[in-house]
Amino acid sequence: MKILRRGAAAALVFVGLCGALAPVAAPHPYDEQYREFLSAPPSARFPLGTDDLGRDRLSRLLYATLVSAALAPASALVSVAIGLLVSIPAAFSRYGRTALSGFATISLSLPWIFAFIALRAELPLDMAPLASLLITFGVMGVAGWAWPARILTAALAEMNDSGWMLQARASGLPVRRIARVHAWPHVAALAAAQFRVLVPVYILSEASLGLLGLGVSEPLPSWGTLLRELQHPDLIRANPWILAPLALLVLVTVCLEILGSSGEVPA
Amino acid sequence: MNVVFALLFFAVAASPAELRFAIAGDPKTFDPLHAEESHSEMVRYLTSGVLVRVDRVSGELKPELAESWAVKDGGRSISFHLRAGLRFSDGSPLSAEDVARTLRRALDAKEGSPVGDTFRTSGAAPDIQVSGPRDIAIRYKTPKPGLDRLFDSLGVAPPRLAELPASAGPFFVADYKRGVSVLLRRNPNYWQRDAAGHALPYLDSVRLDIQSNHDIELNRFLRNEINVIDKLSPENFNRVMREKPGAAKSVGPSLDAEFFWFNQAPGRGAPEWKRKWFVSTAFRRAVSGAINREDLGRIAYLGRAHPAAGPISPANRFWYNAALRPRAADPEGALKALAAEGFRLRDGALTDRDGHAVEFSLITNAGNRPRERMAALVQSDLKKIGIRVTIATLEFGSLIERITSSLNYEAALLGLNNTDEDPLEQMNVFLSSGREHAWWPQQKTPATPWEARIDELVLRQAGESSREKRKAAIDEVQRIVADEEPIIYLVNPDALCAAAPSVKGIRPAVSSPHVLWNIEWLRVE
Repeated sequence: MKILRRGAAAALVFVGLCGALAPVAAPHPYDEQYREFLSAPPSARFPLGTDDLGRDRLSRLLYATLVSAALAPASALVSVAIGLLVSIPAAFSRYGRTALSGFATISLSLPWIFAFIALRAELPLDMAPLASLLITFGVMGVAGWAWPARILTAALAEMNDSGWMLQARASGLPVRRIARVHAWPHVAALAAAQFRVLVPVYILSEASLGLLGLGVSEPLPSWGTLLRELQHPDLIRANPWILAPLALLVLVTVCLEILGSSGEVPA
Repeated sequence: MNVVFALLFFAVAASPAELRFAIAGDPKTFDPLHAEESHSEMVRYLTSGVLVRVDRVSGELKPELAESWAVKDGGRSISFHLRAGLRFSDGSPLSAEDVARTLRRALDAKEGSPVGDTFRTSGAAPDIQVSGPRDIAIRYKTPKPGLDRLFDSLGVAPPRLAELPASAGPFFVADYKRGVSVLLRRNPNYWQRDAAGHALPYLDSVRLDIQSNHDIELNRFLRNEINVIDKLSPENFNRVMREKPGAAKSVGPSLDAEFFWFNQAPGRGAPEWKRKWFVSTAFRRAVSGAINREDLGRIAYLGRAHPAAGPISPANRFWYNAALRPRAADPEGALKALAAEGFRLRDGALTDRDGHAVEFSLITNAGNRPRERMAALVQSDLKKIGIRVTIATLEFGSLIERITSSLNYEAALLGLNNTDEDPLEQMNVFLSSGREHAWWPQQKTPATPWEARIDELVLRQAGESSREKRKAAIDEVQRIVADEEPIIYLVNPDALCAAAPSVKGIRPAVSSPHVLWNIEWLRVE
């Protein structure tokens, strides 16, 4: 298991480095259209071939990694942070838990898609791609607070009512010590699990938001926009290398899961 | 028992004389006067009896329910003489009174019929006179261009409209299952016979399966579960070419066009220093000249589109101004022209004489892959002359709101589906006072001398009954538009369809419906 965790960590570092070094490592500009090489197969010049506009897939994948590997985890972090902030005070009060549950349910049942359409209507159309990107992932992070909040609240409430918590309080341990030494490891593990679940969700959500004009605008690539090519099974059969972004997404998700697991073997 | 199962199988499976194809959604109505969206319009076309029908291949007007007709008084009046013995599919007789009632309903503002827009004028309603069971005359106060051809869109309705109404066309609506299918059966009382005297239509039934996913529609076609696809995307057309070559039908350029334009309306969308660029004909010509239209057709449409010269497609043989040519890509020429206007290229970025970087946002609708590709290609072409384009793909409703209502945009890339060869409706786009005047709607007075000239020509041809005189006016409108480029026309996509080899009688046409327009002559073998 240790080897597996080390391997997962190494893989994530490698993916992160690929993204971070994209501006120097990419063999071509991500937006350069080689119009005589449309949907070309892999070659020495284009190791992963080209897309339907003649753009080098490898270069676009590297830049997409920079975008998605940086921003999707940031969004997930925002959601989990908001979830923690609201769940900690709510968990220790019955009314707080009820109120949060209600707000979370309303938030989850809201048709966020209309909120995003309205947001797009308000944003300037000539907004720089980077600004559009930051706003997209930021809003996704804020809109996604309810999922982790509900789970964290329930876990914190259960912990509050548990026997060991009762014993800790009865034995006179300071609240800060209880929180820091005893409660936080439980909460952190849950928060980390929520973070790992949200990262791939936000990558795919960004692609869906692209349909609304939010998200990454041309020609900037992201894993989400590259994955939109997978809507056409016929294209995959003819060009299986277009699965590379999916393979990367699966790799990152699995590695995050491996790193998050406790490594204990059940008795 | 085996015999029973065999009989059941043949009963449930498609009848050999049944044509099957898909529509993307449920028809909103079966009332021919309220068919507006494409699904209702398809059912209307296949079932409604009309007085005359435009042959979608030759463009000639052919008699249908009307045996003969005459346009008189310089295009102010038209009289029809109906065939004898006409009946609706339920057996009830069809007379001139039914035509009159249908037309009066269409013209009634309270009815809100979209068909009525075609027959209304700004003046008084036309006078409708029924002079016998088979004779009707309609008289307008002013000439109505193409008066006879208008009746291709008026489906004669029965006196009482049932949920599945009777009809006088080749088929009638026999069954409808929401979200599943519409079943049309042959009209036993349809008037037409072939040369050998056999009653038309040849088909016993037509089943319209409701299927919104075009990939699933294509897979079903390739598995022979449906016989025809009336409109195909370039990708799906190429797939049919690979897997069923005999079934792929390209009619060449369609009547449709793809284009983009700059928002010239003052006080909206762009700041005034940007609007100065957009209102400059030299700027628009330079932008147009920097775009490689051949690449747009080759790359965005996979070779299934052709460079466009102006508002009317060359497929519209009569109305197209054949003297026009698409603007060839010439980035160097574009830069020279911009330099003459005071623009400067420095470090790969173009600036105007006041030092503003030349950049603008281009909106288009999300989910239309050829259009998204075109936007990316235009962005790349303009980058070569130092212009930065930001692409924003919007949900269709938001896009329409911006270009028709708030006018909060800088440039827009869209397309137009033209169903009628007569450009009468299309000319309304060029009227400066019109709501549809895309680049600057509802001008109080024409902003430029060339827009004033276009207004004059559009109004002249709208009141002219002579096709040749209208053609001369519309030719000049096309020339002015191609020269001034208020709308930068990009490509005319091809009309792409598919029909199984087992379907006989197919004559693909540029007008919609491309392969179903002569449904009464189709057979499935």
